[in-house]
This record gives sequence, structure tokens and C-alpha cells, in this order.
Amino acid sequence: MLSEATLKNIDREVAKYPADQKQSAVMAALHFAQAEKGWLSRDLIGYVAQYLGMPEMAAYEVATFYNMYDLKPVGKYKITVCTNLPCALSGGVHAADYVKQKLGIDFNETTPDGKFTLKEGECMGACGDAPVMLVNNVHMRSFMTPEEIDKLIAECK
Amino acid sequence: MLELEIDGKSLQVPEGSTVIEAAHAAGIYIPHFCYHKKLSIAANCRMCLVQVEKAPKPMPACATPVANGMKVFTHSELAVKAQKDVMEFLLINHPLDCPICDQGGECQLQDLAVGYGGTAARFQEEKRVVTNKNLGSLVATDMTRCINCTRCVRFTQEIAGLMELGQAFRGDRAEIMTFVERTIDSEISGNIIDLCPVGALTSKPFRFAARTWELSRRKSVSPHDALGSNLVVQVLHNQVKRVLPLENEAINECWLSDKERFSYEGLNSQGDNGRLVKPMVKQGGAWKEVDWNVALDYAAHALRDVAKNQGADALGALVSPHATLEEMALAGKLLRGLGSDNIDFRLRQSDFSLDGQRNGTPWLGMKIADISALDRVLVVGSFLRKDHPLIAQRLRQSAKKGAQISVLHATADDLYIKLFAQAIAAPAQLPALLAEVVKAVAHAKNATLGAEFEKVGSGETAQKIAASLVAGQSAGILLGNLAQQHPQAATLQRLAQQLANLLGAKFGFIGEAANSVGGHVAKACPQQGGRNAARLVAEPRKAYLVLGAEPELDCADGAAALAALKQAASVIVLSPFKSAAALEYADCLLPVSPFTETSGTFVNTEGRVQSFYAAAQPLGETRPAWKVLRVLGNLLEQAGFDYETSEQVRDDVLGGKPEFVAGLDNAVKAGALDLAASCSGIQRIADVPIHFADPLARRAPSLQATKDAAAPTARMNPALLAKLGIGDGQSVKVGAGGTALIAQLDAGVPEDCVRIAAAHAATVALGPLFGSLKVERA
Amino acid sequence: MAILEAINPALTAGWHQPDAWHMDRDSGWRLKDYEARGGYQALKKVFTDKLSQDQVIAEVKASVLRGRGGAGFPTGLKWSFMPKGAPEKYIVCNTDEGEPGTFKDRDLMRLDPHAVIEGMIIAAFAVGAVRGYNYIHGEIYELYQRFEEALAEARAAGYLGNNILGSGFDFDLFAHQGYGAYICGEESALLESIEGKKGQPRFKPPFPAQVGLYGKPTTINNTETFASIPYILRQGGQAFLDLGKANNGGTKLFSVSGHVNKPGNYEVPMGTPFAKLLEMCGGMRGGRKLKAVIPGGSSAPVLPGHIMMDCTLDYDSIAKAGSMLGSGAVIVMDETVCMVKSLERLSWFYYEESCGQCTPCREGTGWLYKLIHRIEHGQGRPEDLDLLDDVAKKIMGRTICALGDAAALPVISFVKHFRSEFEYHIEHKQCLVPPDVQKAGSTFHTRLMAGATC
Ligand SMILES: Cc1cc2nc3c(=O)[nH]c(=O)nc-3n(C[C@H](O)[C@H](O)[C@H](O)COP(=O)(O)O)c2cc1C
Ligand code: SF4
Ligand code: FES
Repeated sequence: MLSEATLKNIDREVAKYPADQKQSAVMAALHFAQAEKGWLSRDLIGYVAQYLGMPEMAAYEVATFYNMYDLKPVGKYKITVCTNLPCALSGGVHAADYVKQKLGIDFNETTPDGKFTLKEGECMGACGDAPVMLVNNVHMRSFMTPEEIDKLIAECK
Repeated sequence: MLELEIDGKSLQVPEGSTVIEAAHAAGIYIPHFCYHKKLSIAANCRMCLVQVEKAPKPMPACATPVANGMKVFTHSELAVKAQKDVMEFLLINHPLDCPICDQGGECQLQDLAVGYGGTAARFQEEKRVVTNKNLGSLVATDMTRCINCTRCVRFTQEIAGLMELGQAFRGDRAEIMTFVERTIDSEISGNIIDLCPVGALTSKPFRFAARTWELSRRKSVSPHDALGSNLVVQVLHNQVKRVLPLENEAINECWLSDKERFSYEGLNSQGDNGRLVKPMVKQGGAWKEVDWNVALDYAAHALRDVAKNQGADALGALVSPHATLEEMALAGKLLRGLGSDNIDFRLRQSDFSLDGQRNGTPWLGMKIADISALDRVLVVGSFLRKDHPLIAQRLRQSAKKGAQISVLHATADDLYIKLFAQAIAAPAQLPALLAEVVKAVAHAKNATLGAEFEKVGSGETAQKIAASLVAGQSAGILLGNLAQQHPQAATLQRLAQQLANLLGAKFGFIGEAANSVGGHVAKACPQQGGRNAARLVAEPRKAYLVLGAEPELDCADGAAALAALKQAASVIVLSPFKSAAALEYADCLLPVSPFTETSGTFVNTEGRVQSFYAAAQPLGETRPAWKVLRVLGNLLEQAGFDYETSEQVRDDVLGGKPEFVAGLDNAVKAGALDLAASCSGIQRIADVPIHFADPLARRAPSLQATKDAAAPTARMNPALLAKLGIGDGQSVKVGAGGTALIAQLDAGVPEDCVRIAAAHAATVALGPLFGSLKVERA
Repeated sequence: MAILEAINPALTAGWHQPDAWHMDRDSGWRLKDYEARGGYQALKKVFTDKLSQDQVIAEVKASVLRGRGGAGFPTGLKWSFMPKGAPEKYIVCNTDEGEPGTFKDRDLMRLDPHAVIEGMIIAAFAVGAVRGYNYIHGEIYELYQRFEEALAEARAAGYLGNNILGSGFDFDLFAHQGYGAYICGEESALLESIEGKKGQPRFKPPFPAQVGLYGKPTTINNTETFASIPYILRQGGQAFLDLGKANNGGTKLFSVSGHVNKPGNYEVPMGTPFAKLLEMCGGMRGGRKLKAVIPGGSSAPVLPGHIMMDCTLDYDSIAKAGSMLGSGAVIVMDETVCMVKSLERLSWFYYEESCGQCTPCREGTGWLYKLIHRIEHGQGRPEDLDLLDDVAKKIMGRTICALGDAAALPVISFVKHFRSEFEYHIEHKQCLVPPDVQKAGSTFHTRLMAGATC
């Protein structure tokens, strides 16, 4: 169900924890599974649970608890904008509005071409850089002026 | 001991107690939802907040350890304010739909809301709605009512052993659910209904059947496995509507298996396979409903005629091990009065070589509660989780506390117990495997063994088990259903006894049926060399008395039992139920009471005498079997049948009503061991699925809709499937008669074995529980 | 972002000033750079001076270093709670920086990961831990990767692993990535999360020092707390204490966000006047008037600007003013801010992030948000303000973890200090601050946008 490379990544995570605590790697394992497949289907979560020898329901609890897991398909580029108060004071909400207008979608929507999904995020611990955006859970972009947003969207082709 | 004061009352509690435990011990009630004495502490509902002197904030009584000199106030202004505030939070998103809620009348939320709820709802926002879940045929959901106490989740994790339920999502979006639309398949799942403090989880079979306050309640005893769980049977309009556990820490604690909880549905079954409500006699091949006196006359005549014309040895009686002590005793008396000792209740047993060799009545060898005190356990030949769900539960808890539990069995089923070791072998190899353990233990103890052991080696697993047993303080060896049904049961018992002696351990049998011990006490088995259950089937008699059993499903060799009954001139069946088979082989059907419609006694596996009263009037013309047998005794002009009450029968058998029966003793006289594997080819492993084990469970529709009641398959390991060229899911023909089944891959089945469930109409034709079977592609 | 200015820096001295936009061009964080500015000297000192565990703890106690994660608990004291002799103990770093307004740990992880590693190794030695984990906020994945690189460097150099620097001390350290749950910053939720479960806080007692990760004794500290340790061991506890003021040892990173000209991190001694910090930040954006400050991350009670202007930046001064120094995240708001809208956003955050475990927080945070949302959207009722205050107080002190208080305190303080603004909203079904004024506060300017306001 998962590529060898992904399984290798997961195995590397498993090795960080005591031998009888494989479950500790579930967050990382779900991260890698999601990175490979784009989102976490029920079967994928079940597979990861079995791979780590933990109850499927326990893995499902984890997948539904943490915000960055996607339980439904998302676009090729998931852009998460922080709109929390400190960011909002420096344009976080307006930056999100700009992205919405630019892509023609609202939060939690995906462009018809399946390329972009927009999410509203909570504090990313980068309030000094506001507005900030996170691309595909891994790349953070700071000081998102309209020009920077245009550039970001142009890069995501 | 620690001293503390609760609401001005001084008390002493053991070190490590929590405030709520201390309060309960002192009879002071602290409101709570998430706390449950058998579950881990979650402290999430916050209903139990109390004031503790010097603490700035209210403390959750369930999670606050008692400290010496602590002063606790459960009703102070601070405490009551905190409790009321929590109650308001609990109610804001609750639908408050008590009038249409099955929990109404026995709802902790409802009860506490009366005392702690405010008058006017200050929450004027839209309420949360949570979608319901399909958890299977037993548990109904109304998830909007859920207060997220997570008792049910903790139950599946901690008591049932597999986390089938979880709390997904977070915040007020949190929902209790299974892994996306799965059903709950635990054999003890119904307990979450009791645990749920609100109406989120209710009984599906009971749904809307009655309001709880309309029900009358009677104590009773479970008629299924030999634990003898204590029950509360609830009745409306003379119909059993619900069965709940009656807490008894020494037996079932506060739990019930699903079979015990839901089998009552079978009491209300109807149709050709349902309740028998009128005596019936077959005349000229056609069945006729008749009056009791006609039917009793017929039965008495039939028995007397055969005894007179063919000799008393032509009579035989097959008695259900689920029959009451009184019924068993009177059946034995009746048959012996007619001059026959051909009676047995050990219907699935196949090795009777220890008859006459025993010092006493075989039993658990310890108290049930003692199981929890063992630090080393070896379970031999048991489908433990399905055969004895609550004993499995006890061992699960022991394992968590550090006891080392090992299993020696024919399949590697997951018991959801953290096992120390698991030794798996084909049934015929089990005696040799157990001998390996004995040998390894003897070696460790520097003891000498008999010559039979010379050729016995000791494999790795056997050595591991032995080392574990030797290192323990209190070891126990438990023989399960398969060990008791095994063709070399005597050898297994002798080996277990030897092992116990070497270790100074306890050993015993986990009784298969409600009266597995009672049957011996009531003498419902041969006393003077009569024919045992196997011979009664293998050496057909002219007339049979069948009490409560369905021999084609309940005997070790159902096919042979069916053949024997069919050839008999007369078969008198005393049963609460009809069945197609009985309608064919019997000539007289007498409707007798199931356990809810008669008084009686079960002696559980620890020898405990548990008498109960009827919870309902007998249905239709049904009569308690003890009365029917008494009248038959009278009609046959036998002496000693003048009982007025079932209690008199019991007192006659037991010499009063002792707490435990006398004469419990597992020891047998020395004898030879039979360590040879007596089977070649593909061996059958026959489990008796939990909901097929007795006539009542077989008739409970909700139980029959669970995964545990799935149609039997032919389960084989990958190697055997490959050898036979059969794929998982393909059709196969099994046995001489070519019974059609679906092959199922099961890596837990040992080499060259096929696991096919017994006690099911689809597999009767396969014959005995043990032995070899031909398997081929269909 | 990086450190913009500092006074007497203990943590950030010698840091490279990075390119704000391009993390991949960062330099100065690698092992060789860290060593060049005196890195791992403290660890070496511990071993060459053959300091005992108790001596290390005594030094940290002397520094009066108080936990930088928010609660301000004395670090040396916390370490001394660890049982002696237990074979399996853990040290855990809390880099789950998710408290709105806080972004100091990100810079520490970005520009000085080895300081965190060195601090953790010393802590591990002091409490006798065999293994450590650094729990890193999910959204800063690039820094998680960087930290793993730094770990590899440290391992290769013999600072981690068996027999560290020939001392006979064994310790290894790993990174664990979060995945978007503020609650995992709460220490016991964080431990659950490392164990591969939902991040639901545990009831205390028992405290982590008795029953922590995998049930074993565990010490948890904030990233900045650990990063402060090398200085303390190098220069002595007294030197660190002297940087700050009594009961408030050392310097501290302050994350300043909102309506200032130069948002960013500033390292200043404890006890520095707030006015000084504001000045370092280049003053108020557009020269507008200071309206309000949340001085310790979004969970700290808001203070009106004039009260804040009289405070110094230390635990005691801010506590006296009725708030908390918390994580040192200073959220500055000028007169363009609508307090109702601001509180709505914060209460949404706590509603969204409540773990759902305990009743008052699960139910109460939703109730608070719904009430404020109604007021903000012109459907408030006069009785709502008292109800808000009451609901918030019903959550406080009744929950398993401090998120309940964190959700309640902003509500209570916003309503207390800016009640008239809330009343205006309820009465006039609109905001006291006109929309164009609100828009002016945002730095995000575009020709296209009308700008969303109340
Ligand atoms: C809801 C909540 C969130 C928290 N978030 C953080 C956090 O992001 N980082 C942090 O270091 N501490 C956080 N804490 C505080 C930690 O529980 C803990 O006190 C701290 O990590 C201890 O480290 P220290 O003593 O070095 O400050 C949080 C606490 C609560 C209740
Ligand atoms: S206060 Fe909130 S976040 Fe903390 S345990 Fe309770 S529900 Fe979870
Ligand atoms: S019973 Fe104590 S918090 Fe639920």
C-alpha cells in the first residue's frame, strides 16, 4: 500500500523510540503516508496501524485529532493561512482574502483543477513574520504581501 | 492506612485510595459519570469536584489521592457550585429527550440533573448534533446524548482487550465511534450499555420494548457457561424483556457476556424452531397436540413398555448439561427406577476412561476469584475468549498486573490477553505437548518421571512455559472445553495433575455448561457401569429420554446421535423448544420450562450452589421439568417422587442448601498415559461457537446476527491450502459425506488441521469433534 | 524573522542576522559555528570539572532561571524533583510553540539548535536521563529537519550517544514532530503525543517527574529554558541571575507582534521597562495610539495600554498589573483594533483547540465562542456580557489542564477592560471602531481588496 521509500522513512522513525513503543511513530508514519498518497483514507490509516501493531481505532483517533492530517482529498498544493489574532493584526486575514479572491475559492475548498486547497490555520509560531502561509504542511512562507502571494501561486504549477 | 475526614466524618482508608473510593467506603455519595471502579481513571467529566481543605480549586474526587489528615467537603458551597456548573455544561448540548429515551428512569444524567441542574436553560445557541453509528445487532446508539465520559472506550481497551471504540476528533466535535462504520464484535460488548451513564448506548433488542419502571425484576443465574453469572431478569406482561448483570464480585463481577445478556430473546422465539407450548404426540407419523395427561401417559407407557419388553438396558437418557440440578437428579432417579443406569449429561465428552477412577467431582480446583490471584497460569485446550468470556477477562486483568499467562491449545486465536507463551499443536499432539511441559518442569525440580516420559523431549515453548510456571509463587493449570472433550482427556488430566503436583499448583476444569459440576452431584451420569454419553450414541438404544438437549448439535458426534435417535422406537423429548430434528426423531414432545420459568439450581464450576426462582409464568402449557419428571415418576409408580417443591429435590440431593457442594476433588487414581498421537491425515479442530453452544443461545436472533454467529467455514493454514490447491474463499468438500463449505485462510490453525465449527446444522454430518477429515476442492 | 535587537544578550550573542525571507540561506546554525562562539564549552566544563548532578542542579537553581514555556516554574527546582536512581528517565523539550503571539522558539531552533541540544544534554546529565525527545511544532517542519541535521552533527562529534566525550555518560536525543494541535504544548498532552496517542492532557498528580513519558520519570522544559542552560553553566548561575533581577533571573526573548513598526524577537534582561521594548520595536506603527497589550501570549489577560506602559517585563510586575509574563509574547494593539472581533478570533482558537476531554472546556469554549460570535455579528443581548463572564469563570479551575483557564482569561479581561466597547456592539449592532479605521491598522495593502472588517 505504501512505497518502499515511505516504509523506510517510517522505519527510521520507529527506530527513534524504545522497541516496545512502535506506536510512538504513528504521527510521523501518517505524515509520510499522507505525503505519498495526498490524503489519509480509512484504509491507509488502517494499514499504518497494522504496520505499527496498534489498534486501528487508536490510529484513527490520532488522524482525526491533529489538524494537519487530511481525511479527505486535497489539492496538489494545500495552502494554510494563519488568521489568528497576532497575524490578523498584521494582515493575516486580508492576505487570506487575497488568496481566496485570486483562486476563486473559500477556506476548505479546492480549485476545480484540483491544484489548490485553501485552509485557515491556527498560530504557526511565526507571528512576527505575518502574514504567514504554510504550503503542503512543510514549507513556511513569511511576509506574504500581494506580490509574494502572486509569486507563490505562480510557482505552484 | 490513611486518615481523613469527609463531611466531618472521620475514616481510615488504605494507602493509595482516592477520595471517591474513601467516600464510597463511608457511604457518602459523590456525583460522577466517568469514574467506574473497574476502569482506569479519566477524570474527564468533572462532575465529582469536591472541596479539599487548603486546595485553592475544587478537586476531582475520582482522581485525587487521599493524603493523611485530608479534609474533604462534598456538599460545601464551593463543591456544590462546581458540581452544578459542570452539570450545566453537560446539559447545554444534551438533547434532553428523556421521554423517548430508553435510559429514562435509570439515567445517571437524568437523576443528577434533578439534583444539580438549573431551572432555566441559559444556553440559547444551537445544540450540537452527532450522527448515530451502527455498532451491530446488540448496541443501539443515540450519539447526540453522549457526554464523552469515555467509559465505553476504556471498557473496550481495558476489559474487552481490543480498542474497538475510540473518541475521534477533538473539542466539542469529539465523537465516540468504531474504526469507521465497523461493528463491535467483542463477546462482552453489551456491558457498554450498562456503563453508559446516559442513553447514548442502549440495548438494541430491548429498544422501545418497555419503560424501565414498568418492569418487574427477579434475581437469576445464567444458564450458559459454568461461571454461573448472576442475573437480574426483567419481565413485563410475563415476558422477559431484558437481562442485566447482578453484581457479584466473586463470580461475574459487574459484567455479563453478550450471550448471557441477550440469549433471553430465545425465550420468546416462535415458529417451527421456537418455543414448544403444548405437549405433542406423534400418531401414525403425524403430530398432534394433546393434553398433558395424555402426553404423560404416553411417555410413561413408552418407557415402561421398552423396559419391560426389551430390558431396562434398552433405555437411555441424554440430559443437557444446562439442565437444573433438580431436573438432572429426577431424570437419574426415574431412569434408575426403571432399572437403567444409562444416563449422561457429558454430551460432548468422548473419553470416559476416568469414570470410576475419580476421587470426587471434577471442578475448577479453586474459587473463581482465586484465578485473579494466580501469578502463573497455563490454560490447556480452551477457546477461552469465546468459551468463557469472563474468565478470559479476569486473566486479561491479571496479565496486566504482571501475571504470566500461557496457553497450550490447538489454535492461535487472539485472546486479547498479553500472553507469556503460546504453544500450539494439532489436537492429537496436545498430550505430547503437555508432556513436554511436565518433563521440563520435572527437570527443573529434579523430579523423576515415569517411563512414558523417556522419549519426550522439550521444545523451546514448552521450556519457556515450564520456566515461567516454576518461577511463580502461585500457579494454576486450567483445562478448557477442548481438553475435556478431547479423545485423550484422561491423559491430559493426568498430565495436568502431575504438573500441578510438581509445582504445588492448583489445577482444575473450567466447566463447559451451567451444570457441569451439578450433573455429577445430581448423578446424571452412570453410577453402576451404565452407558455413558458416547456409548448411548454409539450403541443405539430402543428408547431415549432427552432432557433439554438437542443431541445432534450438543453431542460429541452429532451425526451418530441423530442416527441413534432416529432408529429408536420411542424418543421422549422434554424441551422448551421445537426443532425440525426433534419433530423427525421424537414421538413425544413435552414443553418444559426454560430457566426463567422454573425454580432450580445450578452448581457452578467452583462448586457454588446457586438456586433461583422463576422470573415469569411458564409460557402456554409449559411446565417446569422437575414437575413433569415427578409426575412421570408417579405414573411409573416409583418410590420417592413425592416432592412438593424443587427445593425439596435440591435438599434431597445436597442435604440442604450448602454454599458449596461437598466432594469436589479432581484427583484420579494413577493410570497409564497415552501420549501417542492417534490421528493421521487432516485433523479436525472443532470449536463450539459461542452463540451455538446451547439451544437457548441458538434461538436469539440478535446473537445470531453477530460476527460470532457467522456460518462455519473450513479454516486452514496457508501451507495446507497450498498443498490441497485450494484458495482462500473457495468451495471445498469435507468429510465422507462431502459437506460443502468455504475454505478460509487462518494462519492460527496448525499444520494439517482443518478448523470447522461444531454445533451447527451445516456441520452435523461431519460427525465427531475430533479425528481426521478428508478435504478436497469442490 | 530573527533577533532584531538585544540588551546584554545571553542567548543570542553572536547570532547571524539571516535573510528574513529565505530560510535556506541561513548560516551560523551549524555545529562549527556554534562551537566557534563557545558552544559545547559548558558541557565540556561539566565533564572536565567533574561536576556532580547535584552541583549542576545547584548552579541552575542559583541562576533563578524560571521556565520560559509560560508558567515560570523555577527550572532548578523542577530538575531536583526527579527521583534518583531510576534506571529509565527521560528529558523532553517543548518546542510545540503554538500559543498565539509566541515565536521565539522558532528562532532559537532556526539559528541556534545546538544551544538547545547542549542544554538538553546537560539537563539529561543532571537528572540522569538516558534518552530525550524534542517535540517540535508541526508547522515548522523545515526546522524539524534542521534539528535532525544538528542532532546528526552532535552525534558525529560525540556529544550524543554512548560515553559522551569520554565521560561514561550515555544519552541520545531525537526529534518528534507535532502535527497541528495547540494542546500538545501542554506538557502531559505532549507526552501522550510522543507515545503516539491523541494529545489529551493527563490529570496531575502524578506529575511527569514521577510518571512521565512511557510511565517513567520525565523532565519537560521549554526550548528557551534549555537554550539558557549553557550560559548558566559557562558563566555561573549568579552571572545569569545578575543579568535580570531578583526572583527573575537572566535575559529573556520577547516576541513582539501586532501594531509595532518592527515586530520580531528581542532579547532583554528581565525587568526591562515595557516602554523600552516598545521603543526598540520602533514604536507604534503609523504613530497610532497604544490601545491594549496582551503581554504573555494570547492566554494572558489583556491589559489596557496605559497600564502596560507602567510595567516592567518580569513575572512580578506583570502579575501585579493583573496579567502574566507567560511565554513573553507581547501582542500590541493600537486604536484601530476592535476588541470584540479580536476576542472572537481568540475564543475561536480555544474552541477549535480544546482537546474535548473534560466537560467545562469542551462545552464551555464552544459556548463562549458562540456568545462572542453573536455579539460580534450584531445579535448580542444585554445579558450576554454577564453570561460571558460567568461561563468563563465556570471553566476556570475546573479543568484537567490549564487550557480551560487560558480560554477563560482573555474573555474575562477583555470584557472587564473594554466593557463599553462590547456594550456598544450589543446596543448598536456594530463596532465602535469605524471600518476604515480598522482597515488602516492592517499592513496588508492591496488595490483589489476592500478589506474585511466588522
Ligand atoms: C494549553 C497549554 C499550552 C502550552 N503550550 C506550551 C508551548 O507551546 N510551549 C511551552 O514550552 N510550554 C507550553 N505550555 C506550558 C507547558 O505545559 C509546560 O509548563 C512547559 O513546557 C514547562 O517548561 P518550562 O518549565 O521550561 O517553562 C503550555 C501549557 C498549556 C496549558
Ligand atoms: S481543559 Fe480542555 S484541553 Fe485541557 S484537558 Fe480539558 S478539554 Fe482538554
Ligand atoms: S467522575 Fe471524576 S471527573 Fe468524572
